[in-house]
Amino acid sequence: MSYMIVNSGGSRSFPTGDAFLEHAAADADIVLYLGGAKMRADEQKTAILVELGGECLGVHTGEGEGTNAGKEGSNILGFNRYRNGHDEPSNLIELVRQPRTHETALRAAKTLFTTAGLEVAVCSDQAGRIIDRLVRPKYNAALRFLDEGLASAKDMDLTCRMGLGYPDGPIERVCRGGLAHHHDVTEALFRIYGTAGYAPARRAVVAKQRAPQ
Amino acid sequence: MTRIRKVGVCGAAGTMGAGIAIVAARAGFETVAYDLSSDALSQAAENTAGFFEKSVARGKMSKSDRDAVLARLTSTNDLADLGNCDLVIEAVYEDPKVKQDLLATLDATCADHTILASNTSTLSITEIASGCSRQDRVVGMHFCLPAQLMRLIEMSPGVNTSDETFQAAWAWTEAVGQVPVRTQDKPGFILNALLVPFNNEAIRAVEAGVAEPADIDHAIKAGLGYKMGPLELIDLVGLDTQVRLCEAFYPITLDPRAAAPALLRRMVAAGRLGRKSGSGFYNYDDQAMYGS
Ligand SMILES: NC(=O)c1ccc[n+]([C@@H]2O[C@H](COP(=O)([O-])OP(=O)(O)OC[C@H]3O[C@@H](n4cnc5c(N)ncnc54)[C@H](O)[C@@H]3O)[C@@H](O)[C@H]2O)c1
Repeated sequence: MSYMIVNSGGSRSFPTGDAFLEHAAADADIVLYLGGAKMRADEQKTAILVELGGECLGVHTGEGEGTNAGKEGSNILGFNRYRNGHDEPSNLIELVRQPRTHETALRAAKTLFTTAGLEVAVCSDQAGRIIDRLVRPKYNAALRFLDEGLASAKDMDLTCRMGLGYPDGPIERVCRGGLAHHHDVTEALFRIYGTAGYAPARRAVVAKQRAPQ
Repeated sequence: MTRIRKVGVCGAAGTMGAGIAIVAARAGFETVAYDLSSDALSQAAENTAGFFEKSVARGKMSKSDRDAVLARLTSTNDLADLGNCDLVIEAVYEDPKVKQDLLATLDATCADHTILASNTSTLSITEIASGCSRQDRVVGMHFCLPAQLMRLIEMSPGVNTSDETFQAAWAWTEAVGQVPVRTQDKPGFILNALLVPFNNEAIRAVEAGVAEPADIDHAIKAGLGYKMGPLELIDLVGLDTQVRLCEAFYPITLDPRAAAPALLRRMVAAGRLGRKSGSGFYNYDDQAMYGS
């Protein structure tokens, strides 16, 4: 499947050297905007895919107001290849749609990524998409449990690996990804959702305060 | 330190108790399987024999070892037969009164040195022990399902548990080849304290229209490497069980993430309990047991 890329160079989904970049064409009906490259709407294209960071797709497309609110949608989709902070990108693409996203664009985007050997999960344009929305509060809880002395980091991680079959435990995972990164993700989610589960855990706040600016 | 030679299991005809009895007998301990009904115990004994039969067929165990294990494992519906056990593990219904009454009876029946362990998932070890005169010899010993296959055990001391008791129980779990982790006596210990709210988040994401259940599960498996997505897992465990877990945790922790999501309650009210009822977050056309 043919696609072209407009790349500002700082893509977290497809870092320099990723084979996906090499297979791009000079011109194609599907356009990917990577690493914050400024997106240009073009209704003639089958699909326009904007790499998202922590922001919503609506930041790029604009959102309807008044009676048009909730009716967003075009051939523009957002996506993010999930990465746990400093970890290498996973195989998962979170593909972000709006209420009236064109089905042809959605199908084309899915086919494009799956043909490239990636897994696709479709979600709506909400903060944290699927994974961060679900796991960040869990990492906060684990960090809090550590402070409260519920169990050692080693025992918490071991419990998740042995008791639940996870490849890694919450403490090792959030530390490996970077506590300062976790702070930034959860702070952004907390600003939108306002629920205590997203408030950055103390250890993440400390890591952020100690991180070089 | 209490030397453990003989082990009693209460609720041994149940899902967890039967597995725990297998763990104890398989590791060389004389094991007494206690439950209320002898019919249920006979059925459990048949299932246990079948389990070991498979181990023999798969070459994991010799016939003579199997015979020795089965000879070490006896069943009874007379609680007095637990009197000379060194360790009694209870895996009866998750009801504080049932557990407290049982521990009080065991307290009056068992030898002074007997350690009483509880496999509770949601209740406080300290509260379960509160009717006993030997609160120093009561400890939390939470096995994972299925106990005969999963090696992790969450070990938690109650407020009055002595170090000696905790260490003896800990050493026993290692002697039977399990892997103990230490946790405080708090709702859900480690595993369920992390899992139950996480599963609720997945339900809330469905409720909030973030994604379809299949996309949520797919994302979690592909992005995090979990073997099962949270919604598949809830369907397997039962949506009614998830509600019960929430109701056990939330009033104590007051953690909003542990409160049962409205969608979960609606689905239970609609009879969508998961695999066992034929539908939950997914529809199940056949009733084949998971993994069969
Ligand atoms: N099922 C799980 O996934 C799981 C996992 C870990 C821990 N647990 C805990 O293990 C315990 C048992 O759960 P289960 O799922 O095996 O339940 P179950 O219903 O399968 O078995 C309970 C057994 O206890 C027996 N029983 C009830 N009252 C008794 C009494 N007074 N004396 C003797 N036997 C009695 C019942 O006859 C039944 O056979 C609970 O505390 C539960 O929280 C369950």
